Amino acid sequence: MTVETMKQIIRPYGDTTGDAMIQVSFTLPVPHGPRADLAALQLAGKMGLDPASVVHSKAMGPDFTFFIVYGKATHLIDYAGIEVPEGREFELLTPAQVNAAVKARLGRRLVVVGACIGTDAHTVGIDAILNVKGFAGEKGLEYYREIEVHNLGAQVAVGDLVARAKAVDADAVLVSQVVTQKSAHIHNTKQMAAAFAEAYPTSLTGGLGRPLLIVGGPRFDTVTPSDLGVDRIFGKGTTPGEVASYLVHALVRE
Amino acid sequence: MKLGLDPAVVRKARELAARAAEPVIEMARTHTTVSVERAVLRLAGVTGADADGIPWVNRVVDAVRDQVGLEHGVALPFFAAENWRSLKFGLPAGTERDLALLRAREAVGAGVARIDRNRADRDRLLARHGDPGKPWIYLIVATGDIHEDIPQAQAAAREGADVIAVIRSTGQSLLDYVPEGATRQGYAGTYATQENFRLMRAALDEVSAELGRYVRLTNYASGLCMPEIATLAGLERLDMMLNDCMYGIIFRDINPRRTFVDQRFSRQIHARAGIVINTGEDNYLTTADAIDAAHTVVASQLLNERFGHEAGLADAQLGLGHAFEINPQIPDSFRLELAHAQLVRELFPDAPLKYMPPTKHMTGNIFAGYLLDAFFNLAGVMTGQSIILIGMMTEGIHTPWLSDRDLALENVRYVRRAAGDLSEDFTPGPFIRERAARVLSETVDLLHRVAGDGLLDAIADGVFGVTRRPADGGRGLDGVVEKAGDYVNPATEILEAAP
Repeated sequence: MTVETMKQIIRPYGDTTGDAMIQVSFTLPVPHGPRADLAALQLAGKMGLDPASVVHSKAMGPDFTFFIVYGKATHLIDYAGIEVPEGREFELLTPAQVNAAVKARLGRRLVVVGACIGTDAHTVGIDAILNVKGFAGEKGLEYYREIEVHNLGAQVAVGDLVARAKAVDADAVLVSQVVTQKSAHIHNTKQMAAAFAEAYPTSLTGGLGRPLLIVGGPRFDTVTPSDLGVDRIFGKGTTPGEVASYLVHALVRE
Repeated sequence: MKLGLDPAVVRKARELAARAAEPVIEMARTHTTVSVERAVLRLAGVTGADADGIPWVNRVVDAVRDQVGLEHGVALPFFAAENWRSLKFGLPAGTERDLALLRAREAVGAGVARIDRNRADRDRLLARHGDPGKPWIYLIVATGDIHEDIPQAQAAAREGADVIAVIRSTGQSLLDYVPEGATRQGYAGTYATQENFRLMRAALDEVSAELGRYVRLTNYASGLCMPEIATLAGLERLDMMLNDCMYGIIFRDINPRRTFVDQRFSRQIHARAGIVINTGEDNYLTTADAIDAAHTVVASQLLNERFGHEAGLADAQLGLGHAFEINPQIPDSFRLELAHAQLVRELFPDAPLKYMPPTKHMTGNIFAGYLLDAFFNLAGVMTGQSIILIGMMTEGIHTPWLSDRDLALENVRYVRRAAGDLSEDFTPGPFIRERAARVLSETVDLLHRVAGDGLLDAIADGVFGVTRRPADGGRGLDGVVEKAGDYVNPATEILEAAP
C-alpha cells in the first residue's frame, strides 16, 4: 500500500475512540407520545444513527414534539481524503502596514464606500468593519489614516450606491447583507453586481475597470464570489484588519 | 433604593435632559409633517386606497400640499371640499371655514372617541381576564404572513408569552405610506397595516379568554409613518408600541427634524390610547460598547422620558429600553450588568422598563447562548425589570424555530420560578454601587454637553449609537412644514385639551 492510498478512517468521538456517538435535536409535527418517539427513532435510523435512543421528548402545544436523540453514527469519514482548504490568499497586515502600503504604492488615500443594500436594515456587520469602534478589539477602517470611508448606512438603493461610488471614485465597495429570508441576501448582491457591471462598461473589457466588490454576511457559505458576480465574500467573524489587508492585496500590489 | 444614588445628581440629570429637549419640543410644536396630516385624516375616518394601491390619505395630503400648502393643515381644505375624491382643494374662508372646522372637529372627535372606547375595552378585558404579573414575557413573531403569524402568536401565548410583538417587514420604516389590508408577504417581518392589527388583536382576544390572562399586542410606531401607525394602533387597540425619540434617526437615517415632529404627535396619540411605549436604547449597544456607552443609554432614556412627559405620557406608559450586551469574556460582566439594570430601575421607579437579551455576543454556540440567556433572565428578575424580551439561543443564526422559542420560554419560566422575589434579597455591594454612580455621573457630563451644544448637533456628532446624523440629512425632511398662523389640527386640539 502506498502513502497515496492510505486511508485514515474516523468516527465521531463521544468518550471513547470509535464509539461514533452523536446527538441531534429536532421537531416533528406530530402530537407527543410513544408513536411520536417511534417516528423520531425511524428518522434517526434513516440519518444513519444505529442504535439510537430518544433521551428527551416534549410536547410543544398539541401538534408538535421536540426530541433530543443520541445515537451511533454508522457513516465513516476518510480523513486522509479530505483536502486542506486553501488558507487566506493574502497576508494579514497591521493598520500601520496597511497605511504605509497605500501611501507608498497608491500615492493617495484608498476610497471605500460601504452600505447595507435593499431592504436590509441590519448595519451591525458593515458598522463593525467601517466604524472607528470596529470589532473584536480591532479598529474599523475609518481609523486607517490612508483609507477614506463613506458609510452610507442601511437600506441603500442599489442605484444610489452606484452613483455614490462613481461620485467619490471608489476603489472598493463593501456591502453587508444580514437578512436571509427568501434568499434576499443572494438576490440583492447579484442585483448590485449587475448594476456595477452596467454602470462601468470598462469592467467588461478585462481588468477590473470598476470598484472592487466585496460582500459580507453570515450566510454566504453556500455560494462563490463568481456566483454572485463579486470579487470576495467575507463570512461571520471577519475583522476590519482582514478586510483592510485584503484591500491592499487586491488593489495596491506592486 | 439600593444604590444610594445622590438625589441632587439625579435631579441635575433630569434638568439637563429637559434643557436639551426644549428647543426640539419647540420645533415640534411649530411644525407639522405629511404623516401627521395623514394621521389626522385617518382619525377622521378616511380609509382605503386608490386603484394603484396608494392610500387615499396620501393622495389627499399630496394634493392639498400642491394646491394649498400644508402650513394651514389638511383638515380645513379637506372638510371644505364638496367631493374630496376629486382631489381639488382650496383654503376656505368666512362661513365656509366655520362649517369646515365644525365638520373636521366632529369627524376627528369621532376617531378620538373610538380610541377612548378601545382604552376602556382594554381596562375591562384586563379586569375580566386578569393582568399577568411582572416581568411580562415579550415574544416576537415574524413570518411575513399575518395568517401564519396568528397561530404562532396564539401558540406562544399558550406557552406563556404575555406580550406578542409582530415585528415589521424590514424596509417598512422607509415607506412613506401605510400599506392597506391583510398582507401575506413580508421580509423578516409582517407589514403593519390596520387590517393586520385588527386580525391579530382579535386572535389574541380569543386566546386571552381561553387562558384567563390578557395577552398584549405590540407593533412599531417608527419610521416615516410613525404618527399614522400610532393612530392605527389606537384605533385597533394595540397595547404597546415601539416609539423611540431617536431610533429612526440613528438606525434608519430618517431626518432628525421629521422624526421629532412625528414622534411628538404619535406620543400624544399613545398617551390618549393608554398605550405603553417601548424605547430603543438597547440598540445603541449593538453598535457601541455596552460598558463605554452605558451612559448614552441613560442619557437617551432621560430624553425619552422628557419628550414622553411633554406629550402627555404617564410614567406607567414609559417602557424605557436597555439591554444585556456586555461582553461575557470580561471579568465581572454580570456584576456590571446588574449595576446598569439596577441603575435604570432606580432612576425610573414607576416606568415599565423593557429589558433586551444579549445579541451581540451570541456566537453560534447555542449551548453557551442558552446559559447567557439564563443569566440575562436572572438579571431581569433580580433587578425588577418589567418587560423581558425572550432571548433565543439561535440569535444571529436564523429566525427562531418553534423549538428555539419553546426552549427560551422554558428558560425564563425556570428562572422566574426559581428566583421568585429574589430582588427583595438582592443588596448590591460597593462594586455595583460605584459602577452605577459612575454611569450616572458620566450621564450628567454628557447631558451637559448635549444641552450646551443642542441635541440636534449632538446627534450630528454621533453621540448616540456612534452614528453621525446631521439635522438636514436623512430621509423625509421634505415632508416637514412650518405651521402658519392659521394652522388648524383638530386632533392636537383635542389631545392637548385633555386634562
